[in-house]
Amino acid sequence: MHIVVCIKQVPDTKNVRIDPDTHTLVRQGVESIVNPFDFFAVEAALKIKDERDARVTVLTMGPPQAEEALREVLSRGVDDAVLLSDRAFAGSDTWATSTTLAAAIRKLGDVDLILCGKQAIDGDTAQVGPETATMLNIPYATFAKKIEPMDDRHLKITRQTDEGVEVWKVPLPALVTVIKEVGEPRMPSLRHKMRAKKASIPLWGIQDLGLAPESVGLAGSYTQVVRVFSPPRRGNRLMIQGSVEEQAERLYRLLKESKVPGL
Amino acid sequence: MKVLVDRQKCTVCGVCVDVCPFSAITLTETSIEVSDACTLCGMCVDTCEFGALSLPDVGAGPGEDLSAFRGVWVYAEWREGLIHKVSYELLSEGRKLADKRGVPLCAVLLGHGLDGTLAHELIAHGADVVYVVDRPELAHFTDEVYGNVLVELIREKRPEILLAGATSMGRSFIPRVAACLRTGLTADCTELDISPEGLLLQTRPAFGGNVMATIVCPHRRPQMATVRPKVMKPVKRDGRTGSVESPTLPEECFRARIEVLEVIPEKDQTAKLTEADVIVSGGRGLRKAENFAIIEELAQLVRGAVGASRGAVDEGWIPPSHQVGQTGRTVAPSLYMAVGIAGAIQHVVGMQGSNVIVAVNKDPMAPIFDVATYGVVADLFDFIPAFIRKIRQDRGEL
Ligand SMILES: Cc1cc2nc3c(=O)[nH]c(=O)nc-3n(C[C@H](O)[C@H](O)[C@H](O)COP(=O)(O)OP(=O)(O)OC[C@H]3O[C@@H](n4cnc5c(N)ncnc54)[C@H](O)[C@@H]3O)c2cc1C
Ligand SMILES: Nc1ncnc2c1ncn2[C@@H]1O[C@H](COP(=O)(O)O)[C@@H](O)[C@H]1O
Repeated sequence: MHIVVCIKQVPDTKNVRIDPDTHTLVRQGVESIVNPFDFFAVEAALKIKDERDARVTVLTMGPPQAEEALREVLSRGVDDAVLLSDRAFAGSDTWATSTTLAAAIRKLGDVDLILCGKQAIDGDTAQVGPETATMLNIPYATFAKKIEPMDDRHLKITRQTDEGVEVWKVPLPALVTVIKEVGEPRMPSLRHKMRAKKASIPLWGIQDLGLAPESVGLAGSYTQVVRVFSPPRRGNRLMIQGSVEEQAERLYRLLKESKVPGL
Repeated sequence: MKVLVDRQKCTVCGVCVDVCPFSAITLTETSIEVSDACTLCGMCVDTCEFGALSLPDVGAGPGEDLSAFRGVWVYAEWREGLIHKVSYELLSEGRKLADKRGVPLCAVLLGHGLDGTLAHELIAHGADVVYVVDRPELAHFTDEVYGNVLVELIREKRPEILLAGATSMGRSFIPRVAACLRTGLTADCTELDISPEGLLLQTRPAFGGNVMATIVCPHRRPQMATVRPKVMKPVKRDGRTGSVESPTLPEECFRARIEVLEVIPEKDQTAKLTEADVIVSGGRGLRKAENFAIIEELAQLVRGAVGASRGAVDEGWIPPSHQVGQTGRTVAPSLYMAVGIAGAIQHVVGMQGSNVIVAVNKDPMAPIFDVATYGVVADLFDFIPAFIRKIRQDRGEL
């Protein structure tokens, strides 16, 4: 079984804060990390590999430094990595990203299962997985919390929805996006770390993928950002003073007055 | 391609250098330089006070006759016999957009064993036309069949705009619809409008809610967006009239590769976070699992759901399904009470859309107070019991 995991390198938002007065972004040395959800996708792939004969390839589209993200994941026990990087890919929206990933997966050939994170924390779109699957004309299941091979050609997927859980029988090849319930990501091992350091990672550009410049990057994107601005400030915050009893009384009155349901 | 710098306007102030998440901008004595690390994310554009930065235009895409597309559509989400509230919210918003464009507003209702009154509810909430497809293959949701049906309807009727709720269902199958139709899709919007040129302006939070971005889809149709529940207000007017149509679709739309084996609704009502009007959330300040009892008591009293920070979830005090935030659920209730939660950005992005936010924390410097409507600096073990007593007293229960 050949499993491909799609990962994305994203800016770490941990150090990002909003200045309460100016409401601008306060950012100190933001580093790049592997999108947290993608570690769960990696873990889901490795869990399958633990139990059966499987090869796991990790794939990312990004700037040249995204290679670090691939090595980070290789150190957890993934077999191979491929970096998709080209100036022409810059500015991709989800459509153009999916076009590029789908082309790479086609080039890899014999892929049985593609795993993605639920969403990337920079854009939070959750669209790249489903769009990639649609372009490859394979079925997909989103928000998976459990992936169990049923037989050689089917997976049993337990997905979390807003209403509860659903269990699906999904034929391979398929794409699955995962949530954190698939399992805590394992730590890098010494052996894999050594291997990751030395691994040679193929770099595929637009020509390797046989894509036209107008179908990738900003040129191949259908959506366009026209304005970026700081979120509006919240209405004036009121600090409720007094003894605990007085605070409780005041808060209760205020919530009653603003007709909050339940009170 | 990189962000464009207008050298005439640039004052070399360096603000953009600090803001770039990719460290792609550097400052020299006389100019700023943008390196290949630029991903065109647009973060710098708005921070430039001098309007010196801009993003290049998107590709024109294959030519399409945009004028052939007309009307605003809302996907009316149906689950287990009920219409999701977000569909009504979208109809009222869709009504405004349709009126601005001078076009009809249509709702699409897919499911099986649909109650005949549902279409009329959709009309009362603003729809002029309701397209109903009632088929056994639609009894359970799958991305494939729901996607195929919606794609087929759109190909036939050609709406210019399609809106759906940013629910687990909408965020799952609408990307399939967009990909099949080769058009753009904006996820999880919190604001919609029509530009002077008639384009749909789709505004959404990005970078964990630190910035807002307005996005358009200039060259493809329909313009598609999923919209966050509870940010728009539903409006119902009885006596509105409209028509109901049941289009027939090609059989291949209903063919599925995926088989639904089981659908298990969540029994634990308190976990239904995204639907709740009131949420009381607890954090690491609760100190141990047993102390969640006071959060539960308060939640029950105000008929709310129980939420939690990742801090509390990581401690194992409460199951992950209750987690609010970046790696948990995004919620926007009328009232959100954050109790013993510090207010890390990853938590805040999941609840900042709430209407009223109450923060209870003993540390006056806790960042949660930055997003609070009402802040209470107190020990939660004193305050919450006092607050519960107050409610019970007022209700004559004490
Ligand atoms: C990639 C990533 C994703 C993440 N996703 C999420 C997410 O989805 N959701 C989330 O919540 N977090 C998330 N986090 C974690 C987040 O950064 C914080 O670590 C977490 O929210 C902290 O939880 P907390 O506020 O309960 O705990 P703490 O930071 O420990 O804060 C506890 C607070 O309780 C107060 N307190 C203590 N005792 C009392 C008392 N007796 N009375 C009143 N107040 C008291 C303290 O003053 C303090 O402010 C994520 C982190 C990362 C890196
Ligand atoms: N540039 C990329 N390269 C590889 N995988 C990606 C990329 N962008 C997104 N993905 C995958 O798609 C998932 C959803 O991303 P998004 O649609 O951006 O929220 C991520 O968790 C990744 O698994």
